[in-house]
Amino acid sequence: MSSSSLSDTSTGTLVRRRTFLQAAGVVAGATALTLAGCSDDTPTTPVDPYLLSLQEADAGLLNYLYLLEQLEAGFYQQVLDVPPTDLQASDLTYLRDLRDHELIHRETLLFALGSANAAPVPTLTFNFSTLNLTTRAGVLAAAKTFEELGVAAYNGVLHLVADTTTLQLLAKIASVEARHADFINELLTPNTFATTMVVNEGPLFSVAASKTPTQVIAEAAPFFLPYKVSVTALPTT
Amino acid sequence: MDFIKIITEIEKIDPEIYERLDTRRRVFQHVSGLGKKLSAAALPGLVSMLFNKAYGQSGNTSLPQGIVDILNLALQLEYLEYYFYDKVLTTTSLLNTADAAAVTAIRNDESGHIKVLREALGTRAKPQSAPTADAFDYTAGGRFPNVFTSAAVFFTVAQCFEDLGVRAYKGAAPKLLSNKTLLETALNIHSVEARHASHIRTLRRGLSAGVSGPDAAQALPSLTSLATKPKSWISGTDADGPSAPFTAAIYGAGSPAVGVAAQLFYPAESNVTQVGINVQTTPMAPTNELPLNAASASEAFDEALNDGVVKDIALNFRSALGASIGLELFQ
Repeated sequence: MSSSSLSDTSTGTLVRRRTFLQAAGVVAGATALTLAGCSDDTPTTPVDPYLLSLQEADAGLLNYLYLLEQLEAGFYQQVLDVPPTDLQASDLTYLRDLRDHELIHRETLLFALGSANAAPVPTLTFNFSTLNLTTRAGVLAAAKTFEELGVAAYNGVLHLVADTTTLQLLAKIASVEARHADFINELLTPNTFATTMVVNEGPLFSVAASKTPTQVIAEAAPFFLPYKVSVTALPTT
Repeated sequence: MDFIKIITEIEKIDPEIYERLDTRRRVFQHVSGLGKKLSAAALPGLVSMLFNKAYGQSGNTSLPQGIVDILNLALQLEYLEYYFYDKVLTTTSLLNTADAAAVTAIRNDESGHIKVLREALGTRAKPQSAPTADAFDYTAGGRFPNVFTSAAVFFTVAQCFEDLGVRAYKGAAPKLLSNKTLLETALNIHSVEARHASHIRTLRRGLSAGVSGPDAAQALPSLTSLATKPKSWISGTDADGPSAPFTAAIYGAGSPAVGVAAQLFYPAESNVTQVGINVQTTPMAPTNELPLNAASASEAFDEALNDGVVKDIALNFRSALGASIGLELFQ
């Protein structure tokens, strides 16, 4: 029963997703499956195979950021695979750097999840159909969106991490994302050093703006389709 | 005692009370069952807790000394940066219009960070009175005699300060883990410092290529001359920084320099090992996305620096006056 409700075109994906389910990453889906198997009388909630419910605590935070690094790496790879014709040689040099960094972040977080015995979310293929990736301006605007989202996401959750070395690891990545964001901003609109990305309300002045996982996932939702990501189990304090 | 009445009374003295409480909205989340459990007996403690949090006054009394020390180091570094930018803007005409605008924005950010840190530290801020620009020696004992007459030298020193700031805040983060509010604030200042660092590096790259203004970002870095044509992120040790050997410590290892994955340690910026694995050779990377070269592997992570090494580097920029007037910088 569980296989049929999880059928997919790719066996590899199927195996990955089943492993993932068994490791309790997808809490809602796994519960519904158990219920369906137990009793005919139990009202069953339709299983949503595309719901990714992230775990609690540091494992959930690592998975959340792993998902975003997958997204960023996926984006830059897509651009490099089919670069817009008006992209300049210097742009490509930088975009390769950015792709490499995001790829390394992605793989490092996957490894960190393994070290913490936490089940990773599956490897996703992203939906970039809402972006205009056929012009330089479109690519840079999209890159700005992804980098700013990444910066705000790290800023929004780093203080929620419980483990000291995990905190240090994530902080090492967070400042590189901020470097990326400023660089892309400068490529896109030169001489507009970004001061709009900070909070200026007492008692906070010139402190980077942040976004909660709920806000970030809402903004990134179109890229995950048909998957939906639930972050309700992530720590909030 | 009537809680609302107290707030109303305070509002007469401090019109921003609602804003203070509101921007720290999470304060209320820590007070479980605020509506249900409120009793006369609980009220004094509750009020004290709310206002300690809203005004950050806990810094005055209950913050552990370790946190106070780390915040004071950050505060002193912010003064170092603030006066550096302020001095070039107010006493020279060194910078062109575009660069002056960016430096003004950066200067204002540092000013904001000073406010934030002083607010958190309250009466435990060191120094209690703001220092002046003369407390600092931006030539670093004569190493940079043209710091305010050559844009190239000015941005060299600026890059040092910003990259050092990023490493210092990152090193401080684990020490703030017991206070989530301060941790969040420090990390979000850290993020702004990283933007500054990236921007200054972009400017320097443009400057080296003879390109200022709009095209600076497109000037290509050179992996064989990273000192003058840096990337916007740190690659390896950046050839020991923009003015080797003096700047080598800013990109080098802290103390301890090595450790196992479960410990805190401070490798040089050229480090390519994270979570105990060499990220270049992770078997998890799909082979069609390899190779991951050492440059990329080091660039992808900014390394932390411990406070002792940060202080040693910063002390080079304290003036004789700063020392003679008993300024307790970097101690």
